[in-house]
This record gives sequence, structure tokens and C-alpha cells, in this order.
Amino acid sequence: MQNLYLKNVATLKMKSELCTGCGKCLEVCPHNVFLMKDSKAVILDKDRCMECGACAKNCAFNAIEVKQGVGCAFAIIMGWLTGSEPNCDCSGNSGGSCC
Amino acid sequence: MEITSRELKTIPTTAELTFKDTLGTWKARWGIGRMTFNVDPGLYSLGKPDTDSPVLVSANYKMSFDSLRKELKGLNAWILVLDTKGINVWCAAGKGTFGTQELLNRIAIVQLEKFVAHKTVIVPQLGAPGISAHEVRKYSGFKVIYGPVKAKDLKQFIRLGMQATTEMRTVRSSLYDRLVLTPVELVGTFKISLMIFGVLFLLNLLGLGPFGVVDFYGYVGAVIVGCVITPILLPWIPGRAFAWKGWLLGFIWAIIVNVLNGWTAVPEHSILRALGYLLILPSISAFLAMNFTGSSTFTSFSGVLKEMKVAVPAIIISIVLGVVLILANTFIKL
Repeated sequence: MQNLYLKNVATLKMKSELCTGCGKCLEVCPHNVFLMKDSKAVILDKDRCMECGACAKNCAFNAIEVKQGVGCAFAIIMGWLTGSEPNCDCSGNSGGSCC
Repeated sequence: MEITSRELKTIPTTAELTFKDTLGTWKARWGIGRMTFNVDPGLYSLGKPDTDSPVLVSANYKMSFDSLRKELKGLNAWILVLDTKGINVWCAAGKGTFGTQELLNRIAIVQLEKFVAHKTVIVPQLGAPGISAHEVRKYSGFKVIYGPVKAKDLKQFIRLGMQATTEMRTVRSSLYDRLVLTPVELVGTFKISLMIFGVLFLLNLLGLGPFGVVDFYGYVGAVIVGCVITPILLPWIPGRAFAWKGWLLGFIWAIIVNVLNGWTAVPEHSILRALGYLLILPSISAFLAMNFTGSSTFTSFSGVLKEMKVAVPAIIISIVLGVVLILANTFIKL
């Protein structure tokens, strides 16, 4: 059964004029978000994107933009409390759920 | 002029997990010693690798390292363990500690080019959020090949000539995957739970109680609903937001608690108290279910933030109201 999350929230953007169709994004995406169409990568289903940032990081042509972040409520709460960027850093004694 | 060369160092390892390794994994799943479950960074030799053997990159979280090597039975391979501060590949990649810089450094430190004749390293696909393959190639000459998501597909990946199928490239979140993550969620609530019990006990001493066995199992049930039941039933619960899913099951639990106590028919279980449970218990489940977003494999930062902007204020207001009702109930009786 497919797990689905909120619609129309992901910050993923593809600048197709920069895409060379190398297919790296298809390779690294863990959720099968991209599709190769007319030798360019296109976004097939943006709602599957979890903003891990693998595609943007591995695009040698800067054709992909996404605000990389952790989809972890505990990290976001800790970020609010400590005034820092939320990150996947469950320290030993604070419990929490990530990793 | 004499050129001193650094010592070439490898650490031998095997594909066999000992009882101690398995026990360590089990303990980490329950949150025991999870943050010190490390191996040393460096180059490991598995079997009898030579200059043609593949180089597999991993993190220095022992569970990551163990789950890789146990899938390599019968293979000769090098394992390059990065220093990710004891964090698994995916989380460390998100943080950037499993990253381009560390990979380049580690390749240089172990002098990888002296061990292998080829110029490829196999990086787990879930490490890709931290690694820029084209930059690694530019600065080290090593080509990064992204391996499958799961280590168990590695042998087939190598057999297919370093090709992964779409199936191998996609992250799943199976019932079992979610189940093994629930103990650590549950253990994470112990400390705060003890504090809550402490406060209730003090209120009892102050004569503002009595808080008794119903409150206790009501609370424990709500925690189990949020930490265990909701994650397990996740794809089958209607709706998308995790907090909503937790709230829904928590609401059912609150109704059960009220019905078990004779709803409002029994004088000690007044309407105020029943309403209090309906406000508090689902909120606890909602909050804990929301925290499971961090253990899921498909939630985005933007999505979680959107969910929290509604859920967090709603949870706080609901719990405060519920507490007021239950305390009011005690005062009315006094």
C-alpha cells in the first residue's frame, strides 16, 4: 500500500531549459518523482517528493531547485525551542523519533 | 629529500554477525546505547579484496555498517566507513556529515587509490542527499555510483553490472519497517510520562485529585495509540496528516475509556471528566503520531511544517481546555 502525504507543499522545481537529460535525478530520487520525457527529466508527481535534496545536489547543471529539509516534527520543535535550523540530530538523552 | 609515506591501514571484518552485534542492534532499537553504537571510520576489508574489488561506502553507525556487511557473504569487498558521528546514512546525508567533503577526506586519508586499480566507489542511494557525485569526481577522480536503497539488493546490483532496477531505487515503508521503529518512540516518552505521573501524584497530595487508575490507563493507552498503533496502521487510517491520524485513533480510544467507565451514567464519571478525556487523550496521541513523521520515509519538511502550524496550537488548546474541565470537575465535587 502506498503511503501518501500532504498535497501541494513540496518546494521542488525543475528548470527544464537547464536539463540535459543525464538522468541522475531519476537515479537518486528515492520516491520515483521524475520521469524521462523527450530526453529531459520532468516532474512526474511532485506530491511524492520528501525534499531530501538528493536530485538538486547531484544535478551537475543546477536544473533542480528544492529546499532541502527534514520532514521530522520533533526536529522542527527542537528547532523552535533552540532557535536553530531543524536538523536530524536526536541527541542521546532527549529521546525523539528520528533516525 | 626523503618523502615520508603514510602507513596504509585497513581493518579486517566479516559478513558474519555475532550474537553481540545482533544484541547491539536490538538494544539500539529500544534506545539503549543508541548514540554510542559506533564503529571506527576507515577502510575495512571483507573477505580477500584485491585491486579489482568493489568499494562500498557506509556510515560509522554500527547498525548501518552491520546491515551492509551481513549482505556481503561470499564477496570480497572494501568498505569505506565515513565519520558520520555515529548517525545512519540517510540522516547523516540530510545533515551533511555523510557528505561530499567527508567522502573526499576519507578517500584521501585511507589513500584509496593505493588499494584499488579502478576509480569507482559505490555509495548507498540514501546517501545521495549529502553527496554531490560530480564534485567527488572533480576533486578525487573517483566516480560515484549510487547503489540500491537496501543493502540486501547489493549482490544483485553488482551482478547486473552496477545497475539498479526502479524497484531497488524506491524507498518503501513496509509494516515491518514501521514496526521496528516503534520501540524507540515508546521509550522516548518514558521520561515525560514519569513527570506527568509525578504532577498527578502531587495534585492528589494537595487534595485536587483523585487521579487514579482510569487516568493512568487512559494516558498509557493514548501513548500506545500515538507511538505504536498509529504508526502500524498508518496507510490504512483515512487522511494524510500524521497528527490527524493519531487524533482519530486517540478519539476512538477516549470514547472507549469513557464507555468503560459507564460514560456519564456513573456519578463519579461526570460529563466534565468525560469531555476532559475527549479533549486530552486524542491530543496526546496526535502529538506522538506527529512525531513519527521523523521515522517515516515520505514526509517533507514543508509538509510537516504545514501540518504542525495547525496541529500544535490545536493540541495545546485542547489539552489546556481538557485539564481545566477535569480540575473544574474536582472543584465542583469538593
